[in-house]
Amino acid sequence: MQLFFQQFPIVVRSLNIGFLQTLKLFFVTLIGALPLGLLIAFGSMSRVKPISVLTRIAVWIVRGSPLMIQLLIIFYFPGIVLHKSIWGGGEAGRFAAASTAFIINYACYFSEIYRGGIQSVPVGQEEAGLVLGMTKSQIFLHVKLSQVIKRIVPPMSNEIITLVKDTSLARIIALQEIIWAGQAFMKSSQGISGAIWPLFFTGVYYLICNGLLTLLFGWVERKLGYYKV
Amino acid sequence: MAILEVSNIRKSFGNVEVLKDISFTMEKGEALSIIGSSGSGKTTLLRCLNFLERPDGGSIRVNGEKLFDAADAATQRDKEVRRKRLHFGLVFQSFNLFPQYTALKNVMLAVELLAKETPEYKADKRAVRERIEAEARALLEQVGLQNRMQNYPWQLSGGQQQRVAIARALALKPDILCFDEPTSALDPELTGEVLRVIRSLKTDERTMIIVTHEMEFARDVSDQVIFMDGGVIVEQGDPAEIINNPKEERTIQFLRRFSGNE
Repeated sequence: MQLFFQQFPIVVRSLNIGFLQTLKLFFVTLIGALPLGLLIAFGSMSRVKPISVLTRIAVWIVRGSPLMIQLLIIFYFPGIVLHKSIWGGGEAGRFAAASTAFIINYACYFSEIYRGGIQSVPVGQEEAGLVLGMTKSQIFLHVKLSQVIKRIVPPMSNEIITLVKDTSLARIIALQEIIWAGQAFMKSSQGISGAIWPLFFTGVYYLICNGLLTLLFGWVERKLGYYKV
Repeated sequence: MAILEVSNIRKSFGNVEVLKDISFTMEKGEALSIIGSSGSGKTTLLRCLNFLERPDGGSIRVNGEKLFDAADAATQRDKEVRRKRLHFGLVFQSFNLFPQYTALKNVMLAVELLAKETPEYKADKRAVRERIEAEARALLEQVGLQNRMQNYPWQLSGGQQQRVAIARALALKPDILCFDEPTSALDPELTGEVLRVIRSLKTDERTMIIVTHEMEFARDVSDQVIFMDGGVIVEQGDPAEIINNPKEERTIQFLRRFSGNE
């Protein structure tokens, strides 16, 4: 027990640094994937057949294969197969590769949520706007958008909570996120070796983070609860 | 000069010809009721007038201006459709209010968006907005909703929602106001209040087209009745004449079935 109390501050400091990297990946993914997903959603709904077909094929590939494999391909393919590493070395390169993989992957998931939200707005809303002389973009902005957001908050919160945990997959290309930091103590790090509890303890970080997100999404839902669709 | 001139309108969906050669005219201040069974093409006709459907043939003129001619591509440019639509207003069967806005904002929104494109708005936003709000309030009062202006659609009964929708359509001051079965989605005890409002709108200035299943209402409120069946106008003329003494066999059949349902 005394040993645990000696190890605890060392481990927490290390896990904090790892979790900072986890959070960085989380936010960068959100910032990239939220708008990119909307673009993909419009692509998949495009009336130009080639655009919608190509977009849907891309979404199928990205959603249909494991994110872990996508991470490995995006990180290693340029260097090993093309002999031209584009990511640069070190943690910065790994982070750039991981962000790219996560943004593409999550944008595809988000796009399907957006598409579902947009298509679930009754056609009568658009027709009412048209008859009142609104342009298509005015209808999207002033009539549909708020209703879409209201409808997609629950599925989006699901996906975003999954993202927090999925960042641990970046461990596969040795990104120094929190799982990597916890695992280091199993071998040997900072005088601690053969300890498995730090790895288990990482779960607490995810739980707290997702608890806060759950509260946040609950608040957003309540905010939009003033009207019914 | 007729305010509305509809000539030889045709419309098909796939192989189904929904409108076959529809023609009629209306004078300013006239109320026209269109009756007929479901699937007779009444709603499609209103949707064509409001540019929600594009007719395959025929033409539409308002105040002599050719708004649409199937034979003239120049009248079909998407850009101008928006301006042309404003000649018509449409009240839907299912209201289609915007759920995120109050009754007042529902009435104001489209007017505000249109006003934003004018030089007056740029000069004095405040004054324009105040004027729009005052007009919207007056319209809601006119339909008897002075105490419901700040309510959201879900807080209103079906009849109240439909009255908001009527005020919303009036706000744009259309030349011709169309109603697509305005009481068909309402409980029987709520139809009265909506019909009363529509009746009260009838003035020498306002031109209205009402698609309805309320025969008594059609007879009392309109100056002209059209009976449609299978995409054609079967009978047309004086309301009391058509509803009380129909000449055509199909009209007689329809009205008999109708009184049986009542």
